[in-house]
Amino acid sequence: MPIQQANWSPYDNNGGTCVAIAGADYCVIAADTRMSTGYNILTRDYSKIIQLADKSVMASSGFQADVRALQKVLEARHLVYQHQHNKQMSCPAMAQLLSNTLYYKRFFPYYSFNVLGGLDSEGKGCVFTYDAVGSYERVGYSSQGSGSTLIMPFLDNQLKSPSPLLLPAKDAVTPLSESEAVDLVKTCFASATERDIYTGDKLEILVLNAEGIRREYMELRKD
Amino acid sequence: MFRNQYDTDVTTWSPAGRLFQVEYAMEAVKQGSAAIGLRSKTHVVLASVNKANSELSSHQKKIFKVDDHIGVAIAGLTADGRVLSRYMRSECINYSYSYESKLPVGRLVVQLADKAQVCTQRSWKRPYGVGLLVGGLDESGAHLYYNCPSGNYFEYQAFAMGSRSQAAKTYMERKFETFTESSRENLVKDALFALRETLQGEKLTSSICTVAVVGVGESFHILDKETVQALINEFEIAGEEEAPANEAAPQDQGGDAQAGAADQGPTDQGVAPMDI
Repeated sequence: MPIQQANWSPYDNNGGTCVAIAGADYCVIAADTRMSTGYNILTRDYSKIIQLADKSVMASSGFQADVRALQKVLEARHLVYQHQHNKQMSCPAMAQLLSNTLYYKRFFPYYSFNVLGGLDSEGKGCVFTYDAVGSYERVGYSSQGSGSTLIMPFLDNQLKSPSPLLLPAKDAVTPLSESEAVDLVKTCFASATERDIYTGDKLEILVLNAEGIRREYMELRKD
Repeated sequence: MFRNQYDTDVTTWSPAGRLFQVEYAMEAVKQGSAAIGLRSKTHVVLASVNKANSELSSHQKKIFKVDDHIGVAIAGLTADGRVLSRYMRSECINYSYSYESKLPVGRLVVQLADKAQVCTQRSWKRPYGVGLLVGGLDESGAHLYYNCPSGNYFEYQAFAMGSRSQAAKTYMERKFETFTESSRENLVKDALFALRETLQGEKLTSSICTVAVVGVGESFHILDKETVQALINEFEIAGEEEAPANEAAPQDQGGDAQAGAADQGPTDQGVAPMDI
């Protein structure tokens, strides 16, 4: 009998892509709703986005069982925070909590690739991007998941300030309006859906601004 | 009742079969400032008198939100109350985490009662010196429970605890039959009337009381000062309440024991309070 190798893994990859873009007074967080395993689709209608606090929204791709477990832990921790501080957690505070929660399982990680979006205490949009063990950074925009390799270079092209080496010195790229950012996100996903087999079905977009939170959906290719 | 040789340890029985330390703990509840609760089919109202030590200090917090569907009012050693509120919050959060649903009120009060009982059977502990009025909503409707330092708990239509609470009880005993079908507004008004009874003539203003409501479609929340003052103005201008109706029936309708037990005077040497 040939030598057999252990082949059970505690992890699975359910695919999917997440994007977040921060604006001067808004934040756009988006993710597709396809959940897959291997070459099969489990469902076309699964939300990867959760609102953790008034001004914090998290989108996560990867292993959805771990994503759900992570969401529950953060929800419970937020309740404790509210009881202790008598107020909602700010987005930067939630960002640190998420990082600590991920690192807590450094040696059996949450297979979860997260982007956290929201408004900071000044009302400006903020986006935090993470790896699976909690390394994080505040950025103006980010994408995670199976389509991120296709989307991130495109966002860099559209949003990143030109190199400081270029002369004459050029200002940062003109900041986007809220509707321009939403359109950009839709474009990203439409393109990613074309070439990434794990991205598609439907796009869920959340927009956070001073008025509150708004949800929008867009159909994507289902193949 | 006081100063006898069997009251040093909570683990020492008296010859009459009483645990005096537990009874002394219940005395502490009676010394606290008043807190009352009443419920209808769809709402529970908790109200408390908030006396500050001096003009310079802030008021003692006596009503705590435990979860969206449960709140608690305390009387007695407020530090013990704060600690137990934290325990209750933690239990609600853990239950929600495990079962993705709200902790039924009846389950929470049993856990609380068991926790209190532990302190009546350990020589290195002392009983909690706080009475808790737990008001909440779950699938089986609106509930109001009273948790005792002895580890006993009862469900009530209406209850009052703390100093001069008998006056509030008398008021509620006259009116409790109307509470089940009462509207939310009338329930809050009745709570304020009952609370006023405990002040013995002192003027009721929103600065010395706290009112909280939980109900169908309404998360537990403490009413803000302006709302409370507006309600007080509404009925104080309306004048005195009508004359007492029929003779008082037992407060608790569920066939549970007499509410009067908790308010027994020192002269009653008969039934031990926690025996009921």
